[in-house]
Amino acid sequence: MVMNLLEVNNLVVEFPTRRGLLRALDGVSLTIAPGEILGVVGESGAGKSLTGAAIIGLLDPPGRISSGEIHLAGERIDQYSADQMRGIRGRRIGAIFQDPLASLDPLYSIGHQLIETIRTHLPLTAGQARQRAIELLEETGIPAAAERINHYPHQFSGGMRQRVVIALALAAEPQLVIADEPTTALDVSIQAQVIGLLKRICHDRGAAVMLITHDMGVIAETCDRVAVMYAGRIVEIGPVQQVIHAPAHPYTVGLMASIPDLETDLERLAQIDGAMPRLDAIPPGCAFHPRCPRVFERCRFERPELLDAGTSRAACWLHAPEVAP
Amino acid sequence: MPIFLFNRLLQASGVLVSVAFLAFLLFQYVGDPVIFLLGQDATPQQIRELRSALGLDQSFLVQFQHFLGNAIQGEFGISLRQGTKVSKLIAERLPATLELATIAALLALAAGIPMGVYAALRAGRFSTQVLMTISLLGVSLPTFLIGILLILLFSVNLGWLPSFGRGDTLQLGWWSTGLLSVAGWKHIVLPATTLAIFQLTLIMRLVRAEMLEVLRTDYIRFARARGLSNRAIHFGHALRNTLVPVMTITGLQLGGLIAFAIITETVFQWPGMGLLFIQAVSFADIPVMAAYLCLVSLIFVTINLIVDLLYVLVDPRIRIDRPRKA
Amino acid sequence: MSQHGNPITRWLDSDVGYSLRNSPVAMTAAVVAFICLFCALFAGWVAPQDPFDLATLELADARQPPAWLEGGSPKYWLGTDDQGRDILSAVIHGARISLVVGLTSVALSLLIGVALGLLAGFIGGWVDALLMRLCDVMLSFPAILVALLIAGVGRALFPNAQTPVAFGVLIVSITLTGWVQYARTVRGSTLVERDKEYVQAARLIGVSPLRILRRHVLPNVLGPVLVLATIQVATAILTEATLSFLGVGVPPTSPSLGTLIRVGNDYLFSGEWWITVFPGAMLIIIALSINLLGDWLRDALNPRLR
Repeated sequence: MVMNLLEVNNLVVEFPTRRGLLRALDGVSLTIAPGEILGVVGESGAGKSLTGAAIIGLLDPPGRISSGEIHLAGERIDQYSADQMRGIRGRRIGAIFQDPLASLDPLYSIGHQLIETIRTHLPLTAGQARQRAIELLEETGIPAAAERINHYPHQFSGGMRQRVVIALALAAEPQLVIADEPTTALDVSIQAQVIGLLKRICHDRGAAVMLITHDMGVIAETCDRVAVMYAGRIVEIGPVQQVIHAPAHPYTVGLMASIPDLETDLERLAQIDGAMPRLDAIPPGCAFHPRCPRVFERCRFERPELLDAGTSRAACWLHAPEVAP
Repeated sequence: MPIFLFNRLLQASGVLVSVAFLAFLLFQYVGDPVIFLLGQDATPQQIRELRSALGLDQSFLVQFQHFLGNAIQGEFGISLRQGTKVSKLIAERLPATLELATIAALLALAAGIPMGVYAALRAGRFSTQVLMTISLLGVSLPTFLIGILLILLFSVNLGWLPSFGRGDTLQLGWWSTGLLSVAGWKHIVLPATTLAIFQLTLIMRLVRAEMLEVLRTDYIRFARARGLSNRAIHFGHALRNTLVPVMTITGLQLGGLIAFAIITETVFQWPGMGLLFIQAVSFADIPVMAAYLCLVSLIFVTINLIVDLLYVLVDPRIRIDRPRKA
Repeated sequence: MSQHGNPITRWLDSDVGYSLRNSPVAMTAAVVAFICLFCALFAGWVAPQDPFDLATLELADARQPPAWLEGGSPKYWLGTDDQGRDILSAVIHGARISLVVGLTSVALSLLIGVALGLLAGFIGGWVDALLMRLCDVMLSFPAILVALLIAGVGRALFPNAQTPVAFGVLIVSITLTGWVQYARTVRGSTLVERDKEYVQAARLIGVSPLRILRRHVLPNVLGPVLVLATIQVATAILTEATLSFLGVGVPPTSPSLGTLIRVGNDYLFSGEWWITVFPGAMLIIIALSINLLGDWLRDALNPRLR
């Protein structure tokens, strides 16, 4: 069996605040195989971005990893020192953030930023690095790369900038790329192009992707597997077709149902009653139970682990072995 | 960019004319402008001649024009207090103030910027908190008190440094410099330090605040995510982005040094324009006050323009136009 | 925030109160500031001697060092000056004058600045543009220069000024250096509120602009204005001290801390350091504690730092 590239076990991230310890991620576990694209989907505040930040070691203080393990190609990295993490970032794990304009230093040309990244990780001369930078830009679809390498970020349009950001993230050939809402800030027409580029360029390099988004459509088009997050926990994880067409967790069922279908006539949009609980007011047992249409006694007291439900897994007592499906 | 420059020049001239107008009001209506121009020993005949020549019954605008014309040539009449031409007085005193202000500015920058960077990078540490508290002291201490305390320590108690005057000065053309002699340097140390401390504190706090903001931006986060070294992140990206806005504010503040020099020159009896001005204020010597006002605003406006130019050079977003959408 | 208990405990429980309780520096500063304020306002009762009453001065006691040094006596705790005046009393009375001038100037700047800012923000158009131009020009000049100019003009216009006029000119000069910040802040907030829909609706109905300003804009603006005012009190006191030190501040019959420092400056080299140092120390204590309070207040009211 091929070893997983990324293994996250029971990751707990906490924020000490004035009102006590806030648990933002409560026992998150997932795996990513080499070359695989895992989608992480959920509402705002569910903990998707935090998971990505924790993996790459960029949690904003005072947030910290309280317990759990993160393994990268068998190596445990969650307790690494700052220097060790610096060695991993860029070279073995890359990241892309939401706003491409904000991600680029406005005072330096994109060429400078590319060459700087390349030379930090690879032993190339300035000339070689520049050549490589131009190749990367061409690969990401920037026209007239040899000229535009000297341009500044504000001289590019939104879609072009995200391509530059992708080039930068992949400059040192990382094995895993964490893409945090890479298309949310872009025009719809550009979104498809950028996602397509990301998919292609990672496939060419055999890099795995953790695609964080709230857009189910992008997940459906791009990912191999998907994890659904709710209130700092993973409630369902499995192959994308399975989760979308045969969701096992009531929350996922509600999510899928709320996506309007162009073909059927609707009187009202379906929605899930209530709202996701605040981090300091998470109910006991299953976090979703107050809003769940299929709730029963056990849900209120016992927090469910991820249980097998066909080819996917769901944190729901409906799939406990004793209960007939 | 040329349009930008043109706008700034226009603004600058506007400010200069407004200030000149204020000076004109002072000159014309607070006291007798004819006496200002001729001095108190003028004969009645001279007064009559000048009065008709000036056309004091002519329109407001004409008189203002006249004043402006004089001002541009540096002609502000005769000092009420000292009886000599104002232009001569100012020419004598200008080098002393400019030297003092320049040394103080260099001192404030050379110490303030590194301290601010340190405070931002080592935020939360005890040493930084001590630094910040001391800086609060720097803002709470009025300049004259700092000067007095320095005199108390270094002149009275330790006897290391002199506490008044410029020491030996060398005359180079119409400029007199104190920077070419050891005594001159000894004399400038305490006043320059006094003048610099307030600015230094402000610069340090500004750099620290700005750098802390920059360190929270997405591009710094992305730089970290790319595994760049701390040195590249802090000094390549963060510092540069910090200094660009800091530069504009600092430049403007340094112009204020010229004004703060008034206090320092009084404490140390430094023979500069500031001392001249305060003596003029005590004596209600309007010609000197008007001249000082115009000169100082000219210096400010020039510094502002230089700072704006620097900003344009340093920030590519202004230097290079955005591509027009087709 | 708790909903029960009396207003004081409720405030102490709020975010601002919590911040104060947790910052020993801020609490110390607040206490010190209050002590100074109290002493200064009740100077007549607190000071052991009235330094302005010439009859109570004994020339024989002149130039005595502080009580803990050789030659000093417990009667004059901080020593005496060249006329036998008790330094401690002089400092307390001087502090009162400094505080009164400072607080008055800030109160006036606040009123003028807030009023102008509201006006400019609400009316907009050329009124707003003019005000902003004025603010820009005024801000580009250092406060001390503006204050000195006004003091100089005052002297030229009123050559033999009586004490109230002298004080008036002084307060006017400090007031005019401070109003700009308020005007800008308030104008900004007013602009934001004015464009909101409920304000436009209110205007349509015919609610008077004054009421709109009072009920909607003012509450939003109080926070930053309060921080500004606190820091400006320190600035105003220092400006007054500077002007008095330079000889163009308070009239010599009512010496403020700045005047005392200037007088004492002449005795530095002959060894009577206490005549300058103690007024100086008092000035520093007042300014520092107010600045610390202002700093803390700004952090406490800043929503981003919570």
